Amino acid sequence: MKELVIISGKGGTGKTSIAASFAALAQRKLLVDCDVDAADLHLILKPQVKENNEFWSGQSASIDSEKCVECGLCEKVCRFNAITNNYVVDPISCEGCGLCARVCPVDAITMKDNMPGHWFVSETRYGTLVHAKLGIAEDNSGKLVTLIRTRAKAIAQEQNLDYIISDGPPGTGCPVIASLSGADVALLVTEPTLSGIHDLERIVSVCQHFGVPALVCINKYDINEQNTAKIEEYCNNNSINIVAKIPFDNSMIQSLEHEMPVVEFSNSTAPQHIRALWQNIVQVLDGTRTEKQT
Amino acid sequence: MIVSVASGKGGTGKTLIATSLALSLSDQTKVQLLDCDVEEPNTHIFLDIKAEQSSPALLLIPHIDEDKCTHCGVCAEVCAYNAIAALPKKVLVFPELCHGCGACSYLCPESAITEEGKEIGVIKQGSSGNISLVEGELTLGEVAAPTVIREVKRHIDTAGDVIIDASPGTSCPVIEAIKDSDFCLLVTEPTPFGLNDLSLAVETTRKLGIPTGVIINRAGDNDQLIEQYCQEQDIPILLRIPLDRNIAVLYSKGIPLVEGMPDWRRDFLQLFHRIKEMLPTTEVSR
Repeated sequence: MKELVIISGKGGTGKTSIAASFAALAQRKLLVDCDVDAADLHLILKPQVKENNEFWSGQSASIDSEKCVECGLCEKVCRFNAITNNYVVDPISCEGCGLCARVCPVDAITMKDNMPGHWFVSETRYGTLVHAKLGIAEDNSGKLVTLIRTRAKAIAQEQNLDYIISDGPPGTGCPVIASLSGADVALLVTEPTLSGIHDLERIVSVCQHFGVPALVCINKYDINEQNTAKIEEYCNNNSINIVAKIPFDNSMIQSLEHEMPVVEFSNSTAPQHIRALWQNIVQVLDGTRTEKQT
Repeated sequence: MIVSVASGKGGTGKTLIATSLALSLSDQTKVQLLDCDVEEPNTHIFLDIKAEQSSPALLLIPHIDEDKCTHCGVCAEVCAYNAIAALPKKVLVFPELCHGCGACSYLCPESAITEEGKEIGVIKQGSSGNISLVEGELTLGEVAAPTVIREVKRHIDTAGDVIIDASPGTSCPVIEAIKDSDFCLLVTEPTPFGLNDLSLAVETTRKLGIPTGVIINRAGDNDQLIEQYCQEQDIPILLRIPLDRNIAVLYSKGIPLVEGMPDWRRDFLQLFHRIKEMLPTTEVSR
């Protein structure tokens, strides 16, 4: 079983559109939406939730105003400015370290467990989808991603599937690292803009840091062919394989509006390239298997 | 006035809006632009500002003085993040799990723990004309984006207007970037993804109590999707930027919209003016 994670550094480059198409193209696979913070894959896959689980993680401090003598020690020791002037804890700032509760001389502070989100195992017409919803303004997205990836792996093993396809979040931080580490291959979706290039270089470094082989897909490559040439040069110099150059194609947005994977919506240029892209990726994924077996 | 620019969904045009708004304002007044998208900071690509000063963003992590340590294990017990393991003869620290809360050093009965700064990012500052830019950059492989964002925001100077460019999403880095703003602009696009993530972003600004307005980028035939939502939620749509290949090309080259198409300056100034009008006067004078 091989795990592919689709990430990008920069947001809005087309990760979810491509992941949805892979859902339609791939056989014997399980799907994961690791963008637990602003998940969109479900809008196209239309999951029927089979398992709805609470995600408990972290704690928040709570001050009992009847016991509190307003000595100010909690406020002084809190590094996160989470204790307001009226001795109320701001749950958004509190990182649950518990120092305030430990130092409070009158035991007025208790730590309460947080439930920052939910995670789901669902059925879709493309197979099983493991996904999650982090609550608004909540913390611990990395832990939630790790949890759903672990569950996804177990299910994929039970069902004896060949591939796990994960739609990742933008950025380079906590949830991205949680999505990436230990995956077999990362597909980096970029676009020929200076921002796209800058962010690609950063996410490539993160992949190298965690030892995950990276493949690059240039979306809307014909928007600025000079920049596309720069990306190709950069990838060449860093021995990174460019597995697709997808042209700008209105059917990408139109398929979104119809909430369908573009490869099922139309057979114009972009979906044709995405079909070829999936074939390329399958070769790489199956290739990594052979290498590891020998 | 502090105006933050956020979006929920990535790639909707936050940086385009933040840079063009800052440049338009800078014709008349001093303006500070904070790039709080520390995982992928991009404002420097659009502004011709050289970093004049650069300082590390530090996370305080524990250092154990082996001579003083009696291996009592209190540090490991109090650490809420499992960043310390106390073995019978050795204390192990896992910096990547540490939140820098200071509980271990504060509570160590032997005062054997001091804190030392670990560099997890860089804060770069520069200015050009009326604009000063503060950009935070998270070191690759590091996770503590909110710590770097807090460091960027320590440089806020409310003598002039402040524009904050946030990261996509709705979780801790976005909260850290937009909290304490007087107003938040949410940039979206007229697609189902744009709408879904806009609704999450609106819940976020509501939870934080920040007045909010919407900008539709790549506007066109499907705007009613966003319009209907905004009407139901009573949120004003303050600006529309059409789906236009020329605008996309300017963006791809790192040219700010208001420089490639200077007529847009008027629209951005009007936008800012409308935001001011919508806020209670006490907040504006802050």
